Parts: sequence; C-alpha cells; structure tokens
Amino acid sequence: MTDTIRKEILLRASRGRVWRALSDSAEFGHWFGMKFESPFTAGATVRGTIQPTTVDPDVGKAQESHRGIAFELFIERIEPQRLFAFRWHPGAVEPGIDYSKEPTTLVTFELADAAEGVLLTVTESGFDSIPLERRARAFSANEQGWGMMVKVIARYVEQTS
Amino acid sequence: MSSRHRKPESPEVIFAALGDRIRLNLVSRLSGGGPMSITALASGENVTRQAVTKHLRVMEAAGLVRGRRHGRERIWQLEARRLEDARKYLKEISHQWDNALARLQAYVERPER
Repeated sequence: MTDTIRKEILLRASRGRVWRALSDSAEFGHWFGMKFESPFTAGATVRGTIQPTTVDPDVGKAQESHRGIAFELFIERIEPQRLFAFRWHPGAVEPGIDYSKEPTTLVTFELADAAEGVLLTVTESGFDSIPLERRARAFSANEQGWGMMVKVIARYVEQTS
Repeated sequence: MSSRHRKPESPEVIFAALGDRIRLNLVSRLSGGGPMSITALASGENVTRQAVTKHLRVMEAAGLVRGRRHGRERIWQLEARRLEDARKYLKEISHQWDNALARLQAYVERPER
C-alpha cells in the first residue's frame, strides 16, 4: 500500500465513550486540537479552526503557531458506535491557498470490541492523488500532518539504503 | 565528515526540494545509477539539460545532492546522509499520528468529570 496510513490502538474505555470522543465535534476537537462550528452529520461540511489541545500540553504548545487557521471536514459516513469517516485536505493550513479544487484524503475511524476495551483502527487514504508539491509543503506547514507520508519519496529513499 | 557541509537545512527545505516530479525522478536515477553527469541525467528523459541543471541546483541547496567537477563536466551524486534525514522525517509524520491517538487515549481513558 503506497496510498494509505493505518494505525491501531486499544482504548481502555467503553465503546460509547470512544464513540462520543470521535463523533461529537466538540469532543473530537478537544483532543485533536480544533474548534468546530457545527456538529458532525453525514454529508455535512463542517468548518473548524485550529485551537491547541489541552490534552497534551506539549502538543498544544506546538499547535499554537497554527491557532485560528480555518479548514473544513467533509463528513462522509457516520455509522453509530462503529464507523466515522470524513474527507479533508491534508495539511491545508497555509493561508491564502485555495485548496477547494484539490483532491482530499479519506480518514476513517473504525471501532471494534476488544477484550479490555475498544480496538480503534484509523486509516487515511488517498495520498497518491495529492500533488507532490502540496505534500511537501503541507508537511512543513502542518504540525498535524499525519498524512504527509510522502510515499513516493519513501520509495526513492529506500532505494538508497 | 567534511567541513564543506553547510549547516543542515530544515526539513521544509529538504521536502520542498523533493516536492517535484522531475526532482524525484533525478533522485531515483542517481540512486539507481550512481554518480552521473547532467548529460547522462538528461538523456532519455523529456527534460533539457538546462532544466536538469536547475533542478540539481535546488537539490544541492537543500544538501540532497553534490556536484563535483570531473574534467569539463560536473558529476552529480546523492548525499545519502540528507536522504536519511528525509526518511527520519517521514517516520516523524507517522509519529504524529501516534501522538494524536495517544491524546485520544488519554482523553477517553481518564475519568469523566
């Protein structure tokens, strides 16, 4: 897979708790470091701004430089207690750039029961269609740039080892 | 380490230098074919020697490639150490994902107020 980032984490909390932390836009924003203008509903475009998280003070401090920068989530799917998916422009935090015509990546959170809590799987896919130049710049511009796994570069870099 | 090395460039500079299809292709060819002249790099590709030179200069400024005079031509090679740096930053990105999820974990696992 050159196009997708995939992460799994076991959360020792009830499924309902995890679901709320993901699907409630205020709660999501709290741990992620954003402030949203409206709830997450399927099909909606939800505007937000970066607002440094208080869950991890170090990360919050790092996010300060991007405070107030606006961006949008395009909510794709909400299957209560099971799946939450949105599209966004990864790294779309550079002021003065119109990202609206550019491809988005799809971020999906999937919940499954585990012995001691909830197994959360996060995937972000669609990087292959993001312009290389944007990936490089987004990487430097976006502290939250999960997505900037510049797989194309990785491929080349690996050839040198 | 040679004292010719300038101060390490920031990741922004490295990634910007790599954020171009032609430059990535040049990196690929240099990594596969070893040190090469501009003539060799331009041959068989749909780019002019001038364009290749321009792109090599950008990457040289980021410390990704190095050119050495060899007779009448300059021979270009990859700076493996800088590419290693770039690879480290890719890891860092994945790490940021891990960070976000760790915050989620801290958030959902702490007692509710």
